[in-house]
Amino acid sequence: MKQTIVRRVGELPTFGFGPQSGPWWGAMSFMALEGMGFAIAIGAYLYLYAVNPTWPIGASPPDLWPGTAETIIFLLSIIPNQYANRAAHQQDRHKVRVWLVVMSLIGIVLLILRGFEFAHLNTRWDNSAYGSVVWLILGLHTTHLATDLGDTIVLAVLMFTSHARPRRFSDVTDNVFYWNFVVIAWLPLYVLLDWVPRL
Amino acid sequence: MSMAAEQRDVRDDALHGLQLAARLESIWRTPPGLTGALMSVDHKVIGRRYIVTAFTFLVLGGLLAILMRIQLSGAENRLLSPDLYNQVFTMHGSTMMFLFAVPVMEAFAVYLVPLMVGTRNIAFPRLNAFSYWMFLFGGCFLWISFLFNVGPDVGWFAYTPLSSLQFNPSKRADVWAQMITFTEVAALAVAVEIIVTVFKQRAPGMTLDRIPLFVWSMLVTAFLVMFAMPSIMVASTTLILDRLVSTRFYDPSSGGNVLLWQHLFWFFGHPEVYIIFIPATGMVSMILATFARRPVIGYPVIVLSLIATGFLSFGLWVHHMFVTGLPHLAAGLFTASSMLIAVPSGLQIFCWIATLWDGRPVYRTPLLFVLGFIVIFVIGGLSGVMVASVPIDTQVHDTYFVVAHFHYVLIGGAVFPLVGAVYYWFPKICGRMLSERLGRWNFWLAFFGFNIAFFPMHILGLMGMPRRVYTYTLEMGWERLNLLSSVGAVMFALSFAVLLANAIYSLRKGTPANDNPWDASTLEWATASPPPPQNFDRIPIVTHREPLWADGDTLPVVAGLSAERREVLLTSLAEAEPQIREASPEPSIWPLLTAIATTIFFIGSIFTPWAVLWGTPPMAITLIGWFWPTGSKEDEE
Ligand code: HEM
Ligand SMILES: [Cu+2]
Repeated sequence: MKQTIVRRVGELPTFGFGPQSGPWWGAMSFMALEGMGFAIAIGAYLYLYAVNPTWPIGASPPDLWPGTAETIIFLLSIIPNQYANRAAHQQDRHKVRVWLVVMSLIGIVLLILRGFEFAHLNTRWDNSAYGSVVWLILGLHTTHLATDLGDTIVLAVLMFTSHARPRRFSDVTDNVFYWNFVVIAWLPLYVLLDWVPRL
Repeated sequence: MSMAAEQRDVRDDALHGLQLAARLESIWRTPPGLTGALMSVDHKVIGRRYIVTAFTFLVLGGLLAILMRIQLSGAENRLLSPDLYNQVFTMHGSTMMFLFAVPVMEAFAVYLVPLMVGTRNIAFPRLNAFSYWMFLFGGCFLWISFLFNVGPDVGWFAYTPLSSLQFNPSKRADVWAQMITFTEVAALAVAVEIIVTVFKQRAPGMTLDRIPLFVWSMLVTAFLVMFAMPSIMVASTTLILDRLVSTRFYDPSSGGNVLLWQHLFWFFGHPEVYIIFIPATGMVSMILATFARRPVIGYPVIVLSLIATGFLSFGLWVHHMFVTGLPHLAAGLFTASSMLIAVPSGLQIFCWIATLWDGRPVYRTPLLFVLGFIVIFVIGGLSGVMVASVPIDTQVHDTYFVVAHFHYVLIGGAVFPLVGAVYYWFPKICGRMLSERLGRWNFWLAFFGFNIAFFPMHILGLMGMPRRVYTYTLEMGWERLNLLSSVGAVMFALSFAVLLANAIYSLRKGTPANDNPWDASTLEWATASPPPPQNFDRIPIVTHREPLWADGDTLPVVAGLSAERREVLLTSLAEAEPQIREASPEPSIWPLLTAIATTIFFIGSIFTPWAVLWGTPPMAITLIGWFWPTGSKEDEE
């Protein structure tokens, strides 16, 4: 087939932020399907809650402090996360390094707290269906927390190497975006795990 | 990047004709040799592998079907023991659903969608490679287990408590659950790729109302996958946790509930049928337009029907559970919505018939299969509306009536269009036409074979023959119809042998195909058959819904993309305005290594929960290897 050039795109940039870029939509899609995973797990919890005459089954509700402490840290972490976002948009390599290190440390603290939360659930996964679903949901969220922490650490290390090129800043903003998802997903889970058994 | 570097950077407007083609080809091709093949991230290479693998599983699943039909052809046959029969029908159902029907549709999408939207590779090509390996390993895992007599034997929906440890102490149900995890990971990955490819990589000017209907259908399907598959992932995970670390999800003595399984399964399982069916309707629309020699009538109606079907399919899962004793009102609602979903499908059928009516149909093999589809699907739809009503469902539940119904829907609704699609796109993929004469044999054998095999099952069902029985006694009076059904099944199987023979013959001796042998209208026909590694030397610009019919014989194109590194053009979501020249990943061995690490993790965890601990670091390492920049041009912009 003959071709006629009717348009030139040579001046377009080679990377972009947000909905302009492909990876952003990738992150968005993964959040949608993982969000669906959380929704299904919540559905399973509520189903078991509805069909059982007593809830929690054979256990006292989880201790409140680890989950509450996490919730506070999660919410506060949005602030440094936004700073990382801004630094990435400004392509300020130095600041991006600082904020990624801060975010990595926050992630590690949360992961340690998560360990305590498992220990203070006051039930084992094999005690009852209640224990099973609680462990499932907390485990699911912990996987997300750990993966995002891993991603943050890798990006932080990258920023200290010669690979810290402009298009990596777009990756940083996607990581920021994903962290916000991990935070937002936690809020209903916190209510579900720590407060619903106290109803 | 400095100005000097900018100027050294060669763009495609500096080159022309063969020079440009050769240059792009050297940038985009898959490296030679075995390692090169294992590293490939070309959507066409992976798409082809996906298609061939899925068809291999169709043959395997089909052989099991023939075994079952031989067993059932007469009363009290002893070919298969009851235990083996359980494994065989479970393997047949699981293979067909998880290793053939869903993957084959995604496979065609992986191959065709980037070509149809006019881009050079699928979004996230490495994820695409990973997806293929996961699918392959998951399928092999299931079949190797079966050969070692640990094939699942709990039916393709593995109801608890039958699949719980108490009633299934061997590894069989674990194999089933883990096979699910493999294939769902693969399917979800492809869904994400399709969504991003369609959203961001459409050729400039391909606005939402110019997207080819097959691409629309795959977009809707990708969303269905995205929202349905997490449910089965949760289901298979909880089942395997129950079996391996004694969680209590399905253990009634500790607050668990077996119906939870059915909800989780069918929340996925009903959309699953549409995940198979919707892409097939997309194929039908494409084939019809080409062979009716006119654009499909009612494009907006078809797009809206696809979307409506997608939404409605999530409201239907409970109709698989009518006999579990639901509240009356709920049963009524689900009956109504089950009937409602017939509306968008009906609208699509009207649009197709109108297109044929108004066109000048050319009855080549692809069109024959589409016509066969319409006939069979209408019958399947009728029996579907019947089983959607609670009283009838209660009567025929778990009989051969249901077996007949879902084969009409699955084979009529998906396999017929699929074989039509093979005839239609074979010249594009392989560069040669399939034989038309064998094609006609193929079609008529399939059409009669299919109906002879499955129509009698309706009657058998009404006569009370239950599904999943390994044999029956002579007094039941089911022998003649079963024999007839088995004869039909063999005919139907032969039609696939004809297809295979046709493919092998035509690959070597078929008429060579030019770029657009059917004089079709969409962009995949604007490039060579088979397409070069870069798909298009220059990215087309779309000004019309049927670009190749509208533009005469010159194609408007874009220039200015790199001729030094892999680059794709990203465009805006609705208007498809060019936005970014984005780097596209180079070939890499890491997706394969990651898939191997994941396979070790998944299979290891069947045998010991500790696999979760020692299986994680290799996965993390391979993932870092995958994403770590290599210092090549694509990464360093
Ligand atoms: C040669 C073509 C085929 C034949 C002769 C055939 C035959 C059968 C028979 C006899 C059964 C019932 C087994 C029983 O209940 O005892 C069955 C079950 C089933 N078939 Fe097919 N089939 C064919 C193709 C397909 C295809 C293409 C699909 C899907 C795309 C499919 C999906 C299923 C499923 C999901 C089941 C249910 C398995 C279960 O009960 O767990 N079949 N098939
Ligand atoms: Cu259904």
